[in-house]
Amino acid sequence: MGLEPDSSLGEAFRRYAVDTIAPRADAWDAAEAIPRDVYDDLAARGWLGGSLSAEWGGAGWSAAVLGEFCAAIGGASMSLLSTLTVHQMAMSMIAQWGDDSLRQRCLPAMASGVMLGGFGLTEPAVGCAATEVETLAEKTPEGWTLTGTKKWTSGGTLADGFVVLARLGDEGATAFWAERSAGGLTSKLIPGMLGFRAAMNTEQQFDHVPVAADGLLGPPGGGFAFVFNTGLDLGRFIIAWGALGLMRASLAAAATYATTRRQFGKPLAEHQLIQRHLAEMHTSVRAAEGLCRRAAALRDEGALNSVMETATAKYFCSQAASRVADLAVQIHGAEGCGPDRPVQRYFRDARITELIEGSNEMQQIMLGQYAVAEHATRPPGQRRPRISS
Amino acid sequence: MTKEDIAQHVHGFVAKFLQGADFDDDDDIFALGLVNSLMAMQLVLFLEKEFAVKFAKAELKLDNFRSVERMTELLATKLQPAAN
Repeated sequence: MGLEPDSSLGEAFRRYAVDTIAPRADAWDAAEAIPRDVYDDLAARGWLGGSLSAEWGGAGWSAAVLGEFCAAIGGASMSLLSTLTVHQMAMSMIAQWGDDSLRQRCLPAMASGVMLGGFGLTEPAVGCAATEVETLAEKTPEGWTLTGTKKWTSGGTLADGFVVLARLGDEGATAFWAERSAGGLTSKLIPGMLGFRAAMNTEQQFDHVPVAADGLLGPPGGGFAFVFNTGLDLGRFIIAWGALGLMRASLAAAATYATTRRQFGKPLAEHQLIQRHLAEMHTSVRAAEGLCRRAAALRDEGALNSVMETATAKYFCSQAASRVADLAVQIHGAEGCGPDRPVQRYFRDARITELIEGSNEMQQIMLGQYAVAEHATRPPGQRRPRISS
Repeated sequence: MTKEDIAQHVHGFVAKFLQGADFDDDDDIFALGLVNSLMAMQLVLFLEKEFAVKFAKAELKLDNFRSVERMTELLATKLQPAAN
C-alpha cells in the first residue's frame, strides 16, 4: 500500500513540494522552462534517482514510495513531474536493458544529476503506432548512428541523453541510448503548449548522431516489446500518481477558496451546489488513491497483471484529474481563470495527462480486452477469454 | 533444480495472475490471449528475479516466452548444471 499520511518520507516530499516547488511553478510555466538547479537540488536530497538500487546511487524506493514522491511533485508542478518522468523512464530502461558498461557510465551520473535523461519515441508522423518509427539506425564500425526527427520530447532542451526508438534494418524497432555530447542532435523548443508548459517539449533533429557500442538497449527488434514497454509502463505509473497529486492540489485550492469566498451572505462551501462539486472531487481523489496504491502494491510484488492495473490507474486518474481541475476552476469562477491562481494551470496540465504515455483511447483498447478476460463468467473448464496477442 | 521444478514454478507464476486460467505447459500463452505483449517484459523481469539469471540480448525473443515449456527450456540452459 502507499505511504501512510504520517510517514516521515512522505511528509518530507509534501513539505518540499509545497514550500519549494509550488511557489515557483507558475513562474516556470510562464517562462516555459525549469532551471537546472531544481534537478541539482532533488539530486542532493537523493530523490532524483531514488528508485534506483543503491548499487547505482539510488535509494531503492519501493513503488509505493516513488508514487508518493510523484504525487507530491505533481501537486506542485506537473511540468517538473513530466521531466522527472522521462528521466525515471530512461533510468529504468538502462537499468533493465543496458549493458553493464552503459549502466556504470550512466546510472550513477543520472542519480546524482550530472546527467539528465529523456525519451524519444513520438515522431511527426508516428504516435501511438510506435513500432512504425521512421528514425533510422545504421550500423557503423564504432556502434550506430541515428537519423530522423522526434517530436514532443519532454525535457528535450534539458536532457543530456535520450532513449530513442529507431528502425534498424530488417530487425525493426530497436532502442538506443544517444548522448547529446556525441554531436549531431538539435533540440528546438515548441512554445505555447496547452499544458506542461515548462516541460521543455521539443522537436529533436537527429543527424547521424553517433551511438556508442554499448548504446543498444535490449535486443535488436525488441525495442518496443521489451525496452519501451518497460519505460511506458513506469511512465503510466508516474503519471497516474502525478494526476492524483494534481487532484489533491485542485481540491485543496477549491475547498480553501470555498470557505473564504462569500456570496449571498455565506461562504461558497455552504451552498449546496458547491458542496456537490466538492463531494465529487473528494470522491475522485479517494478512488484515485485506491487505484494508485493497488498498482504500487502489485508492482512491488512483481505481479504479472501490474501492467494492466497500472494502465487502469492511469486511465482513471487522468480523466478524473481533468474533471477535478475543471471543477476547481468552476468553484473559483473568474478568479480561477486569471494568472494569480494555480487552478488554471492545473486545468491545462490535467488535459495533457489524458494524452501521454499512451492516449486514453489506447488505454481503453487495452483495458476493454483486459476487462473481458478478468470479468467474463464462463463454465468450469472453459478457457479464459483472450485479452490480446 | 530440475526442469520439472522450473516448469512448476513458472506455471504457478503465470497461473497465479490469470485467475482460473486453464492452460498446459506447451500452450502458446500469447496466441491463446492469456498474456499480451505488454506483459512480456513483466515475465522477463519475474524470471530474472526469481531464478537469479540475466537473459542475453539474443535470448530476448517473444518466442522464448510463449509457453511454460519454452521458458523452462531457456531457464534450464542458463541454470545448468543444476537443471537436468
